[in-house]
Amino acid sequence: MYELSNVSKTYKQRNKLVNALQNVDLQIADGQMVAIQGPTGGGKSTLLQLLGALDRPSSGTITMGDVDISSLPDSKLVEIRSHKIGFVFQTFNLIPTLNALENVEIALQGEKISSSERIERAEAALASVGLSDRTRHLPGELSGGQQQRVAIARALVKNPEILLADEPTGNLDEQTRDDIMDLLEGLWREKGLTLVVVTHDSAIAKRAQRRLVIKAGKIKEAS
Amino acid sequence: MFLTYLRRELFGRRKQTAIIAAGMALAIGLVIIVNAFSQGVQSAQSRVLESVYGVGTDMTVTLTPVAPSAASGPQSFGFDRNSGTSASGTQKVSQSRLTGGMGGGQFMPSSDLTTVEKATGVKGAAGTLALQNITFSGQIPQAFQVPLPGTGTGGAGSGPFGQVPQPGTKLNRGGTNGNGGSSFNVDRFSVLGVDLAKTAVGPLSAITVSNGVGLTSADTGTYKAVLDSNYATSAKLSTGGSINIGGQDFSIVGLVTPSTSDSSSASDAYISLDVAQKLSGNTDKLSTVYVQANSNKDIANVKASLATVLTADTVKTQSDLASTVSGSLASASSLVSGLGYWLSIAVLIAAFLIAILFTISGVSRRTREFGTLKAIGWKNRRITAQVLGESFVQSMLGGLIGIGIGLVGIFAINRDNLTLQGSASAGSLFGGFGRRAAAGGANANGFPPVGDPANLPQGAFGGGGRRPVATVQTITMHLPVALNVILFAVVLSIVGGLLAGAFGGWRASRLSPAAALRSVN
Repeated sequence: MYELSNVSKTYKQRNKLVNALQNVDLQIADGQMVAIQGPTGGGKSTLLQLLGALDRPSSGTITMGDVDISSLPDSKLVEIRSHKIGFVFQTFNLIPTLNALENVEIALQGEKISSSERIERAEAALASVGLSDRTRHLPGELSGGQQQRVAIARALVKNPEILLADEPTGNLDEQTRDDIMDLLEGLWREKGLTLVVVTHDSAIAKRAQRRLVIKAGKIKEAS
Repeated sequence: MFLTYLRRELFGRRKQTAIIAAGMALAIGLVIIVNAFSQGVQSAQSRVLESVYGVGTDMTVTLTPVAPSAASGPQSFGFDRNSGTSASGTQKVSQSRLTGGMGGGQFMPSSDLTTVEKATGVKGAAGTLALQNITFSGQIPQAFQVPLPGTGTGGAGSGPFGQVPQPGTKLNRGGTNGNGGSSFNVDRFSVLGVDLAKTAVGPLSAITVSNGVGLTSADTGTYKAVLDSNYATSAKLSTGGSINIGGQDFSIVGLVTPSTSDSSSASDAYISLDVAQKLSGNTDKLSTVYVQANSNKDIANVKASLATVLTADTVKTQSDLASTVSGSLASASSLVSGLGYWLSIAVLIAAFLIAILFTISGVSRRTREFGTLKAIGWKNRRITAQVLGESFVQSMLGGLIGIGIGLVGIFAINRDNLTLQGSASAGSLFGGFGRRAAAGGANANGFPPVGDPANLPQGAFGGGGRRPVATVQTITMHLPVALNVILFAVVLSIVGGLLAGAFGGWRASRLSPAAALRSVN
């Protein structure tokens, strides 16, 4: 489980100090689906990056299980990201020159597995998101929803414990949004993931077990 | 996966790949052509030098010139009232002298040759004695003695007595009573005493017999000579005739030409070394020792060891001699070593900079990509390796194209048979290695210094001022395709790729994943 104690995050943006998070205390239980809402610039993405071991807090501690990830060296954070956490981004962040299968394979680059096993797992991940017939397509040849499915497959191919999704449906139409959320919710239930979804879409947030709101760096439970 | 990603990236970013590869190709191509040109020029220089110094000569040893002492001052022709025959108030005289050069010549002892032969790393050596044969003939007023140069006592002549008349010109000098004006010729030609037992190294290796026979070791000690065919033509001499050298008649047994085209041989006449030494009064003296080393690797060591033991002498290697080559060949050489060299460096640096800047720029454009890779668990070293790999392949691609450009350039230059003219100044290197004055001659103090001016002592007439040999050759450039240059180009490509990749990889590895993702979200 996640436990954040008095976490603050400050960074410089155009020579101005931005207090993205201020004295955040938060616990997220294993297997929970949490939606984080809030206005743009409120600190949603910053919180997600701290949860994803992409960054360290300016102050306070973040523990994942019994590991304090706020004080780990970069090499340990990479290990955690590599094995325990999957990311899904709003803009999909697929590598445009690689096809769908390769985009998924690339997440297994650090794994000590054979090439055939890597391909097998990538194909299985794509099949689990309904893209068995699009494995050789480049991102540019896929729709937004299909691209996000590839991104979800890339996040899940490592069998992570935690899935962090930053506005996963922000670039999709309503129908595709619902399809993607159905997919994420189904995988969450099926795999017992801890799913944290950052969104400003209330329709999505309502599907979560727990809803949090961040405004001006401060977090609170949604009513 | 690494290779797949690499291949897809290079193919997907064709424009960047093409620019980096093109820059590298241009630089590598230029380096190959300049290197080949440099080797071609060096080869041409060697051919020019070989025509003068002989094939296989790796270095020469000559006496280091010193200022002539008063005792060794200008030689003079001396005639008294009993010299020659007299008639009508004039006195006919003729005198021939075989002399060494200024002040009678400065020569090294023959023992220096022995020292050279005993040196480690020396394959062979041959000594020569370069001399001038000067013949003064004509008529002078009776009771008029000619100590030349000096203070003439013969009266109110119009010409400056201390200066050397040009060969072939007649100087009329009035007698004291106006009768019996003087009239005389000065003729001179170069004579080279050569060791007839040693033909593998030295001037004998640079000439071929074009008429008659050459001198052999059996001719040692005899009064036989071979003449340069050009000189023989101009002096109206031929095989079977005779030539007076140092007051002694020599039978002409053959004519020789340089072994390379458009070149003059190193001397007008070749005679046995011991005879040359005896006639010139330089017994056991040599002007030059030609040295052949066991191998190219030994040249530097041999030069160093000879310079240590022969302290009075100057040892020069082919590379030292190369500086004496002049003409368009020298221009090409300086062009290669100057403009070509620096242009190569500049283009190479520019290509490296282009590769580095484009790689860094590529990394900047791929911030989101690398941020994503870090987010999904890629380690910094894996990202660095990816960037390095891409850069390496781009540079290698450029290198291969550059090798192609270089080879095509070399082929094009070789196909066009680019010719250069070069000349080497033997006189600048070898004491007393003078050549016969050209038609019309020049006074002894007025010879144009060709070659290294520092090595050109100015002679007075009596000393037989020497004219440096300018051996003009037209050389067809041939640019070699050397494997080591190709390998060098490959190494440059690798270095360029690694350098650009290292910068780009370093930049990528320093990206904070959060900042990288924040910049796009």
